Amino acid sequence: MPNYSWPPINTRREIGKRYTRLDGMDKATGHAKYNSDVNRPGMLQSALLTCPHAHARIRGIDTSAAGKLPGVRSVRVIVSAGGEVLWAGQEIAVVSASTEEIARDAVRLIKVDYEVLDHMVKEDDLTKVGNRAKPAGEQVTGDPDKAFKEAEVTSEGQYGIPVLTHCCLEPHGQVVEWKGDAIHYWPSTQNVTGIGPDLAKNLEVPATNVKVHQDHIGGGFGSKFGSDRWGIEGARLSKDAGGRPVRGFLDRSVELTIAGNRPSDFARIKLAAKRDGTITAWESTSWSTGGMAGGGLPLIPYVLTDIPNKRLNHTAVQTNCGPLRAWRAPNHPQASFLTCSAIEDLAAKLGMDPLEVFAKNIGYAPEARRETYLYQLKKAAELADWSKRWHRRGDTGAGPIKHGMGVGISTWGGAGHQSTCQATIHPDGSVEVELGSQDLGTGTRTVISQVAAETLGLPHTAVKVKIGDNSYPPSNGSGGSTTVGGVSSSTRVATMNALEKLFEKVAPSLGATPDKLEAVGGKIMVKGDSSKSLTWAAACKKLGVQSIVETGQNNPRNPRGLNTQGTAGVQIADVSVDTETGVVRMQRLIAVQDCGLIVNPRLAESQVFGACIMSICGALMEERIMDAKTGRVMNPDMEFYKLAGIGDIGDIIVHLDIREENDRRGVIGLGEPPTIAGIAATSNAVANAIGVRVPMVPMTPDRVLKALEERRSA
Amino acid sequence: MQAFEYASPTSVKEAVDMLSSNWGETDVLAGGTDLISLMKEYLHTPKRVVNIKGIRELGGIRKSGGGLRIGATVTIDELAESAPVRAEYPSLVHAALGITSPQIRNMGTVGGDLCQRPRCWYFRQGFGLLGIENGASLIPDGENKYHAIFPHPPAYYVNPSSLAPALIALGAKVKLTGPGGSRELPVEQLYTIPKDNNSRETVLAPNEILTEIIVPSAKGVRNATYEVRQKEALDWPLSAAAVALKMKGTTISSARIVLGHVGPTPVIAGEAERMLAGKSLNQNLAAEAGKAAVSGAKPLSENAYKLQLTRVAVKRALMEAAGLKA
Repeated sequence: MPNYSWPPINTRREIGKRYTRLDGMDKATGHAKYNSDVNRPGMLQSALLTCPHAHARIRGIDTSAAGKLPGVRSVRVIVSAGGEVLWAGQEIAVVSASTEEIARDAVRLIKVDYEVLDHMVKEDDLTKVGNRAKPAGEQVTGDPDKAFKEAEVTSEGQYGIPVLTHCCLEPHGQVVEWKGDAIHYWPSTQNVTGIGPDLAKNLEVPATNVKVHQDHIGGGFGSKFGSDRWGIEGARLSKDAGGRPVRGFLDRSVELTIAGNRPSDFARIKLAAKRDGTITAWESTSWSTGGMAGGGLPLIPYVLTDIPNKRLNHTAVQTNCGPLRAWRAPNHPQASFLTCSAIEDLAAKLGMDPLEVFAKNIGYAPEARRETYLYQLKKAAELADWSKRWHRRGDTGAGPIKHGMGVGISTWGGAGHQSTCQATIHPDGSVEVELGSQDLGTGTRTVISQVAAETLGLPHTAVKVKIGDNSYPPSNGSGGSTTVGGVSSSTRVATMNALEKLFEKVAPSLGATPDKLEAVGGKIMVKGDSSKSLTWAAACKKLGVQSIVETGQNNPRNPRGLNTQGTAGVQIADVSVDTETGVVRMQRLIAVQDCGLIVNPRLAESQVFGACIMSICGALMEERIMDAKTGRVMNPDMEFYKLAGIGDIGDIIVHLDIREENDRRGVIGLGEPPTIAGIAATSNAVANAIGVRVPMVPMTPDRVLKALEERRSA
Repeated sequence: MQAFEYASPTSVKEAVDMLSSNWGETDVLAGGTDLISLMKEYLHTPKRVVNIKGIRELGGIRKSGGGLRIGATVTIDELAESAPVRAEYPSLVHAALGITSPQIRNMGTVGGDLCQRPRCWYFRQGFGLLGIENGASLIPDGENKYHAIFPHPPAYYVNPSSLAPALIALGAKVKLTGPGGSRELPVEQLYTIPKDNNSRETVLAPNEILTEIIVPSAKGVRNATYEVRQKEALDWPLSAAAVALKMKGTTISSARIVLGHVGPTPVIAGEAERMLAGKSLNQNLAAEAGKAAVSGAKPLSENAYKLQLTRVAVKRALMEAAGLKA
């Protein structure tokens, strides 16, 4: 059996190169076609009718006027009379028509008789949620009462992080064409292999009937795995129309209202500690919502899981709001924010440097990552010039602009998922690899080409990468930062298997046994004897008319050392706060990220940049605002659902922790981990700047001014 | 978006003749940065859209009587780049550049900035201009962090114009042209308080077009606009102040201070204006003027923080206009 191990770090020729992404030019110039760009002959457009009430029962629904509007093809009722609607934005009916405008006009002609019922959409004040509170029961470890009694110091705070909504630039949706036994499906998906069977199951047809195709996706972030109500109804509309293709993408307001959110988390946290900063006990009362499912216990205390004495009480709150979905590092940014804020408040109370307090307590972190955290805290401090620029809580400098720095930490898994790759070497020397995977914009295509090229001794541009189609061998959906580990490992195995076959074919002509051959620099040669070689083309010619077709798998239960899981990360934010206006500006965000073997440092850094930008949004501006009375999302748009622009992000400084000892661990996913610590770091930086904790993120001017006002009047 | 008839006249008279005398039947299109979204949301469902971008006489900035005449279809970008505007009217340039989207500056027009509809999210979600449900306003106890601190019940929205405060402070007028001819009004008189959801927030008749903005000379008038915006990227000001100071040496002989994004119309801060007359500006006086500017404010449940933002906006605009460091 071939040795699939990654070549040693210093001998790699393609892996580790900073190539720009293969589809970068296509994306930048608009040549790349997303599925929302798909325009099929005879295509119909669809539009959804969504419920304007946060809780209602449908007494009756009359679609006759809509159905008669010229241009309308069909109207389908999703929730019929008697049905209960649990949040504003829930899908009630869907219309297909010759144009999107006609479809939307028709939606307005559907008459629905709603019995409006009581709703509850706000969870920030736990005393006001009544029977919507679902306590999860108390969890106690050790003896927290004793620890608090004996504590040399205690520190207390309340912290809140609101619901965020998904806001992919390409909204959810699909083009779908259901003709006879064949369903051609162009969804915006993170799950090229898995979404076909999901649609098929919902339509009660065999999975083999669904053909999925997607070249590019305009963002997913955890929200695009299933076929969704709109995909299922889209297929039925197509069937209604005799197989004409039907396009249906959510508009921005529906997208932000129902296409998935990240649950909120609120907590009162109390810490007990020794005077030297050693934490001895943790007590928290937390609550959260992600819609009618409530919200689970946050992962607190985060990273420092082994604090010996703990009492945790959590309450899930059911709200009449759109449902939660995975959102880039589910539960982690909230937990990091809650934990790191509480620890920084303790450090401030002790008059200690928070980096010291984190270091002091690192023994509570999982053993495998402790040294990494210590290294990263030091590295981040060095990059931030912490020893010179950090000050105790409250910038005492003159003028209204205050500066501050703060730290946050993260952890993540990121092991490679199940993935199969098929590698083909053709007699003309061309090479293709096929995977039923997807490139979420992370550079998956490029990474696959580098792995294949490394194995075959070719330049990465010589490898044709085929992904984005469910006729290729299956790969799992891209969630949990599992893709890079999965596809790089399966590609490594498949191309290695193919190369072995090629070695067998050419070995006789080189007068050697296959195990003595290697593929380097576009040649097949006898190891250590460059005089005995064939060019790649000459070697492949020996295949005659028969291509080599080999597969390879990544099996998560036995990844052969090619990928693994478990990362640490530290981020430091450096902010300025205008204490007269409460406006916070990010100056620098320093991200030190542990990541295992990096296939392409440029693309990896790009992941971290994007993650940091999302953290800055979450820390300073991003928030779903619900209206208590109407039960509606007030800001389902990109006007008041605020996201950062280039001028809002400051300098982002990325340090990938590429060291041989990390590299040896194999490939680890990087999509999620760098999006975790930034909110915590920013909140701590603002507290450090202005001398008081802004308890709730995002730290908008009203909240910053309120915290300053409360400090003045205290 | 409902189907509509599209007209592209080449003269003001032709355009006016194409407009209905009833609200709701026709709409004027210039940059379209607001109208198109209003139509997509079915907040406006005109039977006819009259594009005025093809009317040559509505374009261009020209000098006139020591001041400027700015055509209604001059884009925000043209305004910000205009040499005579940059020479004398920094308050207009600040306000124009505060619209930090190049796309909107390139498409949006000066006339459109003045005539755009409020951004109130209750209005935009279909609860009407006044955000009324079951006979009561949703706003005073609702989500009002971006609403008026100078409300004028039943109006709680804020005037969304970026340029109006500066134009008012500079003493500018608008020219409105309808079937009966033209009239000129001070910019502050363009806005009114609607009585109900079916009324409008300007005095424009349905078949009138805002054709021109007439800005008097600002020679010797120190002027500035300061906007508090949370983001550098496109973001509505949370509060804004435009000031115009007539100076004798270092003494203010008269001051105009106009607040934006705090009331359903731009708010003239009369008390602050009066307290500055005859005085020499310094940081303390500017701060006092800021306090006076909000003395009549009545914030809602969630927006008292805008008092502080407005005090700061006034202080910083004054310091900027006077060329002092804030």
